Formats: sequence, structure tokens, C-alpha cells
Amino acid sequence: MTGQVFAYIRHKEGKADDSAQELAVAAGKIFPDASPTAIVSGAGSDLDAVCSEVAAAYKEVWKFDNEALAYPNAEAIRKLLVNVLPQDAVVLVAHDTFGMDLSPGLSIKLDSVFISDVVAFDGLEGDTLKVIRQEFSGQVSTHSSCDISAGAVINIRPGVFQVEESGAAADGQVVDKSGDIPDLTVGRRFLEVVEAEVGDVDITKEDVLVSVGRGIEDEDNIEIADELAEAMGAVVSCSRPIVDAKWLEKSRQVGTSGQTVKPKVYLALGISGSFQHLGGLKGNPYIVAVNKNPKAPIFQVADVGVVQDLLEFVPVLTEKIQESK
Amino acid sequence: MEILVCVKRVPDTAENEIEVAGDGSDIERDDLVYSVNEWDNYAVEEAIQIVDKVGGSVTVISVGDEEAEEVVRREMAMGANHGILLSDDAFEGSDGKGIATLLKAAVDKGNYDLILTGALADDGAGQIGGMLAAMLDVPYASVVNSIETLDDKKLKVGREIEGGNQEMSEIDLPCVLSIQTGINEPRYVGIRGIRKVASVEIPVWGAADLGLAADSMGAAGARVKRLDYFLPELGEGAEILEGSMEEVAEKLIDLLKAKGGIK
Repeated sequence: MTGQVFAYIRHKEGKADDSAQELAVAAGKIFPDASPTAIVSGAGSDLDAVCSEVAAAYKEVWKFDNEALAYPNAEAIRKLLVNVLPQDAVVLVAHDTFGMDLSPGLSIKLDSVFISDVVAFDGLEGDTLKVIRQEFSGQVSTHSSCDISAGAVINIRPGVFQVEESGAAADGQVVDKSGDIPDLTVGRRFLEVVEAEVGDVDITKEDVLVSVGRGIEDEDNIEIADELAEAMGAVVSCSRPIVDAKWLEKSRQVGTSGQTVKPKVYLALGISGSFQHLGGLKGNPYIVAVNKNPKAPIFQVADVGVVQDLLEFVPVLTEKIQESK
Repeated sequence: MEILVCVKRVPDTAENEIEVAGDGSDIERDDLVYSVNEWDNYAVEEAIQIVDKVGGSVTVISVGDEEAEEVVRREMAMGANHGILLSDDAFEGSDGKGIATLLKAAVDKGNYDLILTGALADDGAGQIGGMLAAMLDVPYASVVNSIETLDDKKLKVGREIEGGNQEMSEIDLPCVLSIQTGINEPRYVGIRGIRKVASVEIPVWGAADLGLAADSMGAAGARVKRLDYFLPELGEGAEILEGSMEEVAEKLIDLLKAKGGIK
């Protein structure tokens, strides 16, 4: 029998992150009878608001209130969790930049397994949990078996475990565990958050985006996308590799590490469609994907696909649009 | 500053379409082009730039078979001073914790101020850096996109967090950082650079050199095991437009117009 199930809740400005509910859904997929405990850490009055909100989805909420937890520094939170969790705990964490920071080290300190970026669960037999993950930027999926007899830290991909129906509220109780907080002095001290620079265009406000990815191959080819965008009356955005290569400004990047956009129409040129990129695409846009690789994950989420080399196809498309005007 | 950078030899996804082999036991590896993991290459460049500024040396380490030696050598051609290859049949089938255990044993044989890894590799787990830091009991920061050396005891690091924002922290040395792409512009490695290090001896350490017990590594020590590869289910999937390039373009224009995509 495996240990108690916990979910570490992220929150900001007095509101729980969307992943709070998703972790409860994920816990239910592993242990249908589990009653996971939510862990909420922070400082001040915002924390109480988050705890009450979370208590609607979890029967028990552990609250840790301390000035040293005011900013979620994973180094300090790891120290907290190692102190307050049972060794064989099964801990669920959202796989975002915080979860990536916290979880691998937490699993070592708890001497349990770490399972990263899980997209689905495929059954629990005894202590063996089967999970589905993705490799090679989502090009292939894998089944893995994990021995969770000594506990587990499981990172859940955000946005995958959606709440299916709003069942009865858990009406959970909030337990103030602040008295159990150990010394939280750590070797990494938070200084500040530097906000993203505002660029020449605000892609978050555009209805139509022509977005370029690695398939554009060369900086000089960005021009092809510029011309298409001009013909369509759209604006050019991009995926991460284009910004890494310094071909476009960071403010043009769509994705979890860039901007969250809500266009009506999204034309993805040579973008493979990693979950980090798609995480920045909201509001259910009409997605057109142009990619020479028919197996690119982008075709799974697109409405319409064109399996062509964008360097050949896009100039033809631009010309036809110009002719049609 | 003495810097160790952990690198991995991986199939280059920019050069290859990854396909599942017939029985699902592996991906098709016959025609794959391999290279150094992209994130790791940024980490090596960053290490070289730090040493250029404050002095010290860069050591590159990899776990793998003899073919992994080529990526260690490539990173030495970039400017890393030393290379180490961890290779032994007993390492086969290691899970993330197993790999981190091997690296930890190698770190213990040296005297490093700073250890860098890539934030991610081909398996998408992003786990080695955080595990290694916890095993060494030193501070860790993931998805680092800026490093400034403050003095010989601490660094100022930026982490890439959601929304394009950057989280700034001060971190004590020694520490482990996992490096995000885009932190710098990795230098080009020419054939001349490769030739210069072609005959440099790269030490190979096995299980005995690392003093590790058999059950702490390899398949025997793995609690997470990959069972198979398969293609993700397509779900609804996109409607693929068929026809000549011109026909496809015309169909697409009609669809875009209907959806308000052409103003």
C-alpha cells in the first residue's frame, strides 16, 4: 500500500493556479479512492483566500504561513516539504518552471521516485504505476513503469487533466500547520522578478497571427512570413527557437515562456507544436499548420494542415492572396 | 572557477523525424543524426564565457558508450579544457536517478565550484540537475537564462519563468544550474577546432573507478523503466488539404477568408 497523496498548490495574488484542480483530477486517475491533501504555502491574507478556494476541491488543506514563504522559492519549499511530508508520500506537482525547480531534488531528499511531465496514467498494479510521457518534443509517446512503493514525486503536465464536471464541493477543512515550519534558510535567495520587455507590437492583442518556427531555417527567410502577414493583414509571431537564434524579439514569442495569445486565426509555419508553445495559445483559435513533417504534433491540434515545405508553399500562398484582392 | 558541464549525445530533432521502430521497443535509430543536446551546448558556451572572465577551467562530462566521446570532444573543440567519459556496461538502463548517481560520484572525485547541465534533453524529463544538486546537498536553480559572477562565493542568476518574466536570485557556490537555451550564442565549431583536439586523451571511468555498488545504477537500480515507444493518438487531427501547391493555396485562402484570417 502506498502512502498518503499530496498536491502542492501554486497561487498568485490570492488566487489558486488552474493546476490546483488539475492535480486533484490527476490524483483521482491514479487512486480512484484517494483523498489527496492540498499543501498551500505563502504569507499573509492572500494565503487564506487561496486556502478557502482550494478547500472546494480538497477535503484537507494544509496551510503554511511564513514570511520566508512569501515568494515561492523552490529551494525553501523543498526544505519545508521534506520536513512535513511522510517519507512514502505521493506528491503531485504541476510541471511548470516551479515544478521543474522543485521536484527532482525533492524526490532525492524523500528517497522516492521522480516521474516528470506525465500526460496520462495507465493503471496501478500493486506498487507499480504505469504512466504515459512524451519524448523528442512530443514526437513520440512512451509507457513507463514506476515503482512507487517508497513514495513518488509526480510532475503533471498543466492543462491535460481537465476538470470533467464540477461535482459536489469537497468542503474541505483548512489545517494551519505553520507551527511545523522548519528553519528555511537556503543557499538561493530570491531578489526580484524582472517583467518581460514590451516590444514594438503587442501580439496578445492581435486577431490574426502568422507564427514562424524552426522550419523557417534561416534568418533571411523571415521575410517570407513578413510578406504573408502583410498580405493577410496579420502580425508575425514565433516559437522559441526563433528567439533563441535572435531572429525576432522575445516579445513576439508565443508559449509558456513567452506571451499568451488569443487570436481568432493562428497560422503556424514550420512549428512542431511542443506543449510549451501550445500552452501560450488560448481562446480556441482556428489553427492552420504548415509543416513538411506529416507527423509533427502540431497537426494533432490544428484545424487544417498543409504538408509542404513552407519555404516553397508560403510564397505561393502570398501571391494568391495578393491576386485575390 | 572550476566548472563541470554535463552533456548528452542525442538524436538531433532538427535533423530527424523520430519514428517508432516496428515492435515499439525503441525508436528507429539506423539513419539518425546525433549531436550534442542543444541545451547542453548553451551550458558549455556559458561555462567558457565565465572562465574567460574570471579564470579557471571547464570540464565536460558525459555518460554513454564510446560514441558519446565524440560529443565530449566536440565541446572540447569549442573551448572546454578537459573531458571525462563515464562508460560501463553496468550503466545500461539507468533511470534519471541512476545517471545523477554516476555524475555525483564523478563530481566527488573533482573539486568543482559550479556544475551546469542543460535544462532538458531528448527525454523531456529535465531531472538530472535537480537530482545531482540534492545528492551533493548544494543549491540548485533550473531554467537559468542569465549568470553574473558576484564574487568567488556567489552568483546572481536569472530563471526564465512564465510569461517571459525573469526571476532573479542570489545563489551560493558551489551550486548546480540547469541552463535554458537562448542564454548566449554558442560559438561555431569548425573542422580545424575538431582537429586540434582529435588526439587529446579523454579518460573513461567505469563503475569500479566511481566506487559504486551494482544496485545503485543501471537497470538493476532503476525504479522508473521505459516499457515502449508509441505514436501519440491523433485525436481529431487536422484536415489535411490535398492537391497541387496552387490548389492547396486556393483552398486555404477560402478557409482563411471564412474565418476572418484575411483582412
